[in-house]
Amino acid sequence: MSNVVAFLTRRRGGRGWHWTDVFMWAWLIGALVLMFGPALWLALSSFKTPAQLAEFPPTLLPYATQQATVEGYDKPLNLFTTKLPDGTTRVMAEVRRVGTVSQLVDPKAPSEIVKVNIADRQPVREIRFATENYTQPFEHFDFLQYLKNSVFVTVVATLITLLTNSMAAFALSKYQFRGRNLVLLLIVGTLMVPLSVLLVPLYSVISAVGLFDSLWGVILPTVATPTGVFLLRQYMLTIPDELIDAARMDNASEWQIYWRIVLPLAAPALAVLAIFSVVWRWNDFLWPLVVLSRKELYTLQVGLNTYAGELNVQWHFILAMTVVTMIPVVLVFIFLQRYITAGIAGTGLK
Amino acid sequence: MGRITLTNIDRAYGKVKVLHDINLDIQDGEMLVLVGPSGCGKSTLLRLLAGLDQPTSGKLEIDGRDVTRVSAADRGLAMVFQSYALYPHMTVRQNLAFGLENQRMPKAEIDTRINEATRMLEIGQYLDRRPGQLSGGQRQRVAIGRAVVRNPTAFLLDEPLSNLDAELRISTRAEISALHKRLATTMVYVTHDQVEAMTLADRIVVMRAGRIEQIGRPLDLYNEPANLFVAGFIGAPRMNLLPCKVKATAPGSVRIEGPGGLSMSIVASDANLKPGEDFTVGIRPHDMTIGMGSDGALEAQVTLVEALGPETVAHTLTADGQKLVAVLKGQQLDGSGGSIKLHFDPAMAHLFDRSGQRVPHR
Amino acid sequence: MTIGSAIGQKIGAAIVAPIGWLAAIIDAPLKLWQRATGTTGMAAFFLAPNMLIFGVFVLAPFVINFLYSTTSGNAFFLPDRSFVGAEQYQRLLECGSYLDPSTCREDLFWKAVHNTGLFVVLQVTLLIVVSMITALILNREIVGRSFWRAVFFFPVLLSPVVVGLIWRWILQRQGLLNSMLYQFGYQPTEWLTDRFWAFAAGITVSVWAHMGFFTLILLAGLQAIPRDLYEAAEMDGTRPGRVFWRITLPLLMPNLLVVIILALIRAVQIFDEVYVLTGGGPGTSTLFLTQYIYEVGFASLLRNPGLAAAASILMGAVLVVLTLVQLQVGRRNEKKGARE
Repeated sequence: MSNVVAFLTRRRGGRGWHWTDVFMWAWLIGALVLMFGPALWLALSSFKTPAQLAEFPPTLLPYATQQATVEGYDKPLNLFTTKLPDGTTRVMAEVRRVGTVSQLVDPKAPSEIVKVNIADRQPVREIRFATENYTQPFEHFDFLQYLKNSVFVTVVATLITLLTNSMAAFALSKYQFRGRNLVLLLIVGTLMVPLSVLLVPLYSVISAVGLFDSLWGVILPTVATPTGVFLLRQYMLTIPDELIDAARMDNASEWQIYWRIVLPLAAPALAVLAIFSVVWRWNDFLWPLVVLSRKELYTLQVGLNTYAGELNVQWHFILAMTVVTMIPVVLVFIFLQRYITAGIAGTGLK
Repeated sequence: MGRITLTNIDRAYGKVKVLHDINLDIQDGEMLVLVGPSGCGKSTLLRLLAGLDQPTSGKLEIDGRDVTRVSAADRGLAMVFQSYALYPHMTVRQNLAFGLENQRMPKAEIDTRINEATRMLEIGQYLDRRPGQLSGGQRQRVAIGRAVVRNPTAFLLDEPLSNLDAELRISTRAEISALHKRLATTMVYVTHDQVEAMTLADRIVVMRAGRIEQIGRPLDLYNEPANLFVAGFIGAPRMNLLPCKVKATAPGSVRIEGPGGLSMSIVASDANLKPGEDFTVGIRPHDMTIGMGSDGALEAQVTLVEALGPETVAHTLTADGQKLVAVLKGQQLDGSGGSIKLHFDPAMAHLFDRSGQRVPHR
Repeated sequence: MTIGSAIGQKIGAAIVAPIGWLAAIIDAPLKLWQRATGTTGMAAFFLAPNMLIFGVFVLAPFVINFLYSTTSGNAFFLPDRSFVGAEQYQRLLECGSYLDPSTCREDLFWKAVHNTGLFVVLQVTLLIVVSMITALILNREIVGRSFWRAVFFFPVLLSPVVVGLIWRWILQRQGLLNSMLYQFGYQPTEWLTDRFWAFAAGITVSVWAHMGFFTLILLAGLQAIPRDLYEAAEMDGTRPGRVFWRITLPLLMPNLLVVIILALIRAVQIFDEVYVLTGGGPGTSTLFLTQYIYEVGFASLLRNPGLAAAASILMGAVLVVLTLVQLQVGRRNEKKGARE
């Protein structure tokens, strides 16, 4: 045990604690709370009932008043710890409430009704997860449709991105042809004009080719990503040209060289691009917001924003839907985080 | 059959010309070695043969068929690359089969060919491994195997031994030689190592700066180098090249003087051998002995003695600053420095005129 | 690149596999194409899909944007629009005093410019300082470095909408922040409907969301500084502060410059998370340029695509300048790297 402590507190060169060490750990622990806390808080809140969400100050965990079925009453009744007029304290079930007076019965002897002031009773609470926050949006709202749309956009856009970008990267890394530098320059140039600058004309192009209010209109403008072409090209440049020559001597057509030799060898870079593309497309907001006007075509992000923008914000549903929207990204984070961070550190791409 | 004919081949990259008017006739079944310093165009020439690159002008024929514009895949040649270029994501078996599958060869035939090649090259136990799990020598064998299964008209080998360590290089060299005898298929072999060229070749092509300097059998190149470049390139240690002057001529004989008090008569009748003309005399280190003589003797200061046992390499310097290397039989000059007298038979000397071309003599 | 891990191989292989059968089908016609056009023709084939999409959805809009900005009307169909020359730009730039948006003809645009300018300065400063401190800490010999690195990286992956909603939930009147303040005896504050606090929240939230990314890049830069330099400094008895100013910072400078410009480029385009958080409000106090372009282009009753296009071109010009500077800095670093 003391070894563990010694290990954790071990300092550079075995010297004692410096003020920077204290600062460092304060910073890290603070960050731990600040980085994960908000999302965690949101997730906890998403299991609360609307009544509980309105409470101030809020409780950490989702609670609900315990209920009991009492003989002679159809509906389950809320249980309260009640201070009875005779001075004893017992758990009673509330039958009804009139003004400040609560009418309660003993669940074991339901015939006798006791009246007490509401200040004399406290609800008996238990931890309960309001899972209906999750099930109801799927049943009563278009949420399932949004989910489907988001999955479609993400998967299709990622597949097209991988295919077209890797083909272009192959041409730009393994062929000598006139105009190659021009193409490269064009692609670098695009890095400078982000989508937000092209919003208006892109909208008109999309309308002109009949892709307005279509998921393809969301997908296509995003797939010719210059970053993807660059990432793959840089990686493919490291594949030796002799390998391509060997394949040519082996009677492989150029297309076969692309998909039997170059693609498998570029797999690590493809994987990085795939992960990024999934995260990008899943998280896209502004462009789908512009292109999609029919509600049934909304992606999760747009749908979520629309719900959150309504006058009467139904937070219990929004919180739950936000959690669902977060799930794929959290999964990516848990399983592929090391991989992504290595990718970013190596390529400076986001 | 595997006769390859190159006629007036030129290759330029933009303004830079890397091959000048190459004419070469490679005989069927021959082991032809292209040798030269790096950048001499030998690898470019091999890539032109392979079809991985196209000549700017000229004609290339295989067995009489013009293949100048035919793609690499359709020439029926196989190549062994310097880096082996094995597909890292495929097993050895898949590496061997890849080219055959691309030709749509039946599965059974592919298996037969692979079995045959693996037996010949003794790589049977690695078939299911990937190149990354093999040693350099094993990869080399697989790379050769990949060429062998293709059953090509000719093999093209691009410095196949340069990534091996010294010991392995010698044994693999012998194996390639044996393989060539066994298959009796044309092989074009590129190397910058003249020892490899000498030991392997039926004929050697010495190249420099995009031009062919000399073509010939290994010993012909050694005994009668066509010019100063070939003379210096073939043979180790390098031939000693001494700047000399013609002193006097007599009918059928020439008197030459050079550094270190060298003076000798040579039996030659070249019209260019006029008194006062500059010449280069080349003498191989192995042709030098210690001792006196009237013709072909000179005096030099020993600067370094390398005693190798069966022979002794003496590095010397003449009074007029000419370096000379002599390889002496047995164990001589036991550590002693100082001045020595060296001697060689004038008949063994090579004579080159001002433009570096060989001047025949007896 | 250090991305060749085993899991990557697996994912990549899984992605490549389904393409296999498709590839086999189209190989035959492609061989004919290859025979007809040679390898150069194949290069054209490989480039075609990407460049087609690129041309239609990037290059064409790029050109059209200029046409929009020189025409007026609220039609999106170009021939229905009338040519007005530089009028849209004049309208945007007509101003009594550039320091006071209310004296400008397009007061909203100038409000957005002012907000964006202030946001860029404050957000980038805070972002770089916080990322730098974090990167320096993570660069020390700490237990579980990759875990801590991941901690800061988590919000980077979240979508802007999710980020906006998470913080709206925390910062709302009855939210977590107010309840914590209440526990300590403070009065609840209207974080999102107060001009000052809404702006501050926008900055804080966007720093929260993006600092992990910049930390990573700075950390990579720090780790590229040879260890023996620090050891040499230690042998010389250099104080830690001096080590930072005289060794770490100068050697990190090229990296830091690139990171700062990257942060600037991103900050100029700020939209999603703040839009979800505040909707641009209260009033116009968190209205930024991208939102202005979006609103004038599509959303509001004042729809005027030409004006939006002109505004986006002005914003694009700023971004182009920033990117060129970045490329220049990057190239200089490369040259320096090559020399060393």
